Amino acid sequence: MQLTVLLIILALLTVIGYQMGRSRAVASVGGRVVELHSVPSYHGFYVALWAGLPALLLFAFWGASEGWLVMQMVLSGLPDRLVNGDAQSLGLLRADILNLAHGVATGREPDPEVVAAAERYLRLHALGDWSLLVIGCCIAIGGLLYARGRIDPDLRARNRVERTVNIALVICSLVAILTTIGIVLSLLFEAIRFFAVVNPLDFLFGTHWSPQMAMRADQVGSSGSFGAIPLFAGTLLITGIAMAVAVPVGLMAAIFMSEYASPGLRTWLKPILEVLAGIPTVVYGFFAALTMAPFVRDVGNSLGLSVSSESALAAGFVMGVMIIPFVSSLSDDVINAVPQSLRDGSYGLGATKSETIRLVVLPAALPGIVAAVMLAVSRAIGETMIVTMAAGLTANLTANPLDAVTTVTTQIATLLVGDQEFDSPKTLSAFGLGLVLFVVTLTLNMVALRVVQKYREKYD
Amino acid sequence: MTDLVEQDTRAMSVAVTKSRYQSEEFSARLRRRYAAERRFRIAGMLAVGVASLMLVILLGSIVSKGYTAFWQAQIRLEVTLDKQHVEERNYTALVRQALYAQVPAATDRATRRSLNDLLSSGAPYELEAMVNANPSLVGTTQTVWVRADDEIDQFMKGFIRRDVPESERRLNDVKIAAIDALVANGSIRSTFNTTLFTAGDSREPEQAGILGAVVGSALTLVVTMLLSVPIGIAAAVYLEEFAPKNRWTDLIEVNINNLAAVPSIIFGLLGLAVFLGFFGLPRSAPLVGGLVMALMTLPVIIIASRVALKAVPPSIREAALGVGASPLQTVTHHVLPLALPGILTGTIIGMARALGETAPLLMIGMVAFIVDIPGGLTDSATAIPVQIYMWADSPERAFTERTSAAILILLAFLILMNGLAVFLRKKFERRW
Repeated sequence: MQLTVLLIILALLTVIGYQMGRSRAVASVGGRVVELHSVPSYHGFYVALWAGLPALLLFAFWGASEGWLVMQMVLSGLPDRLVNGDAQSLGLLRADILNLAHGVATGREPDPEVVAAAERYLRLHALGDWSLLVIGCCIAIGGLLYARGRIDPDLRARNRVERTVNIALVICSLVAILTTIGIVLSLLFEAIRFFAVVNPLDFLFGTHWSPQMAMRADQVGSSGSFGAIPLFAGTLLITGIAMAVAVPVGLMAAIFMSEYASPGLRTWLKPILEVLAGIPTVVYGFFAALTMAPFVRDVGNSLGLSVSSESALAAGFVMGVMIIPFVSSLSDDVINAVPQSLRDGSYGLGATKSETIRLVVLPAALPGIVAAVMLAVSRAIGETMIVTMAAGLTANLTANPLDAVTTVTTQIATLLVGDQEFDSPKTLSAFGLGLVLFVVTLTLNMVALRVVQKYREKYD
Repeated sequence: MTDLVEQDTRAMSVAVTKSRYQSEEFSARLRRRYAAERRFRIAGMLAVGVASLMLVILLGSIVSKGYTAFWQAQIRLEVTLDKQHVEERNYTALVRQALYAQVPAATDRATRRSLNDLLSSGAPYELEAMVNANPSLVGTTQTVWVRADDEIDQFMKGFIRRDVPESERRLNDVKIAAIDALVANGSIRSTFNTTLFTAGDSREPEQAGILGAVVGSALTLVVTMLLSVPIGIAAAVYLEEFAPKNRWTDLIEVNINNLAAVPSIIFGLLGLAVFLGFFGLPRSAPLVGGLVMALMTLPVIIIASRVALKAVPPSIREAALGVGASPLQTVTHHVLPLALPGILTGTIIGMARALGETAPLLMIGMVAFIVDIPGGLTDSATAIPVQIYMWADSPERAFTERTSAAILILLAFLILMNGLAVFLRKKFERRW
């Protein structure tokens, strides 16, 4: 509430600051704008930035650290009996306080100390928000007045404003790098915790996957075995089936559209493939699970084959359909990049169109097509929804496409959906799998992008 | 030279009898080559045909499964709202009495008990809401239409067949007899299923709607847009207009291209570890969903914006710089406005992709069963694709139908967004 008010006040102050700075700059030279170093609006922006930016930075800093700060203050006020536990019970205590404070019902009868802590938490929170409102407003007004006082015909307002904007632009472009660093760090951090429990070699080369950990020591059947080979094999099987569908169909479609189809036909065909590319993966997953899988099973049964109801074939086929437009649009680009002179030369020697394509165009476009296929493979490996909905959960080590297999992404999704204890190897194993997935797809992408870049330069 | 002449005369001597271009061998080879040409062409057509066919099958199966969900069976009841029951808030009894009155043939307890299943378990609440909205109804007899149970609905739509033996059927003979009686006196009708659009999730198919998911998706998208659009455009402007060419900017470029191809589930893991684990933001909240989606769509927007900025001819920049504009003025006054339609198109397409994305939302817990419509950015919420995912897992036939309907609604949104993008591109397309 107070935060919204603060944001509105800040917005108002910046607008006011802009107007003030502008009119003061104009007034300072008695209306002869030429005598100003910068255009009046830059003076306006200068004051507005001073009014808005420092308070906004404070706001962002406060938003990021408030919860932690307040919680530390609350915890320090609690008796040692509650606080002196290990990390896990401390986390539980934090969650209890938060739940009580936000009025979420917990199963247990709360400790009166904890209730008091929750109230204290709420009080401190409200106090913090109010003080932020007051301090924020003071800083904003102070900044505004300071900048207004500095308005002067010789003030290099444009340079200052532009430098600020430039810094902001650089920060924005760094977000992409920060994201990558965030991904790598979060995956590595959690994966290292996982590998502290499970030997990385057992994880990478073990052939038995059953992540259920025993809750009690005497429980049977929940050994907690983390051999990921069946998952990798299942991923490869489904990816292989998908590629067997997507590469021939996508490539031939691209060839047909770029070499054979008339422009009129092309304007009809392109959108069809674009629609195929725009359909959300969850829809493909639904189609695979409820239409394709029963169909494959019925056909298989009528042929006397035993087909699992969650066969790799159904999931892989639908994934292939999803990737067709991806392959075709990328191949279309590289085929179009092959210079016409090569084709003309081939026609001049008397080759037919298909001979030209097979013997001249495709070899010339091969690096690009290989890169496209690699990108498609990386996409298939990372695709989650289709396999989560249509592939099985049992980790079979099999090469039979009619059996149910499970994939890396399916396991990540099922391990992390629902309630989870953050410390168990079961949950952490998802991050181990995520790390493998990230490394594999990143390598594929990097190599593919390199190839594409290199190839593009060839004919330019 | 003599060689050539020799060849020439030999060719001419053949021509007298038969041209070598008409030899059996040659025409057989030509036929083979033309056949290969035709085969290749047909293979291309086949590929396009397969792709189109799959699209038709996909959409066809979803439409044929889903269109029935827009209708819902209702049962007419003549409810006498007597004071005593209303004060006890015993609307269940009221509804049941009215139902027994509709089927006079049902007299014994067992029959009546199976009659109870005809109505949606939400029917008493419907009645209660009606009375609460208009207390003057107490004591009167009202004709109300209440939702039928999902199995009755499915039976009326013909998905539960009569000719199946009773033991394998979801509805027993007693219920079917009761339904026949209701149909005979006009007490069952099929109406437009407004619940689908006005309710949150529910365990009962006939009470389930997607409004909660739509609101959740909208909140998520708002966060995504507020973050990724300004940051994405700013980053694109910097990289395209201001950045020096050095190792740093190369690194950023490679980074962005790679990020665009990172599997979406990895972004979900990032959100789980960083936003939920490190910053302690609430689970299942659209705020976190929007943050994750923003990081995911950022590369898409940056790449699209850079393409649009690149398309603005350098002469415009040079003209602006020539009359004394600063680099920033050049960009904000001239380049950006000209590139805006292209940027907008890319942004909308990125948003459409975020709208259909599911996997990262599963990771950050937006997959919970939530009945209430979310009211804010930190409330628990789901999104449309997640709702589809959850409903697809439900065993009831009626949920399959609703899943398909939800998909149709999602596709409608996507078509709307992509249509807007195409429209903008067509309207503002400009060639220099």
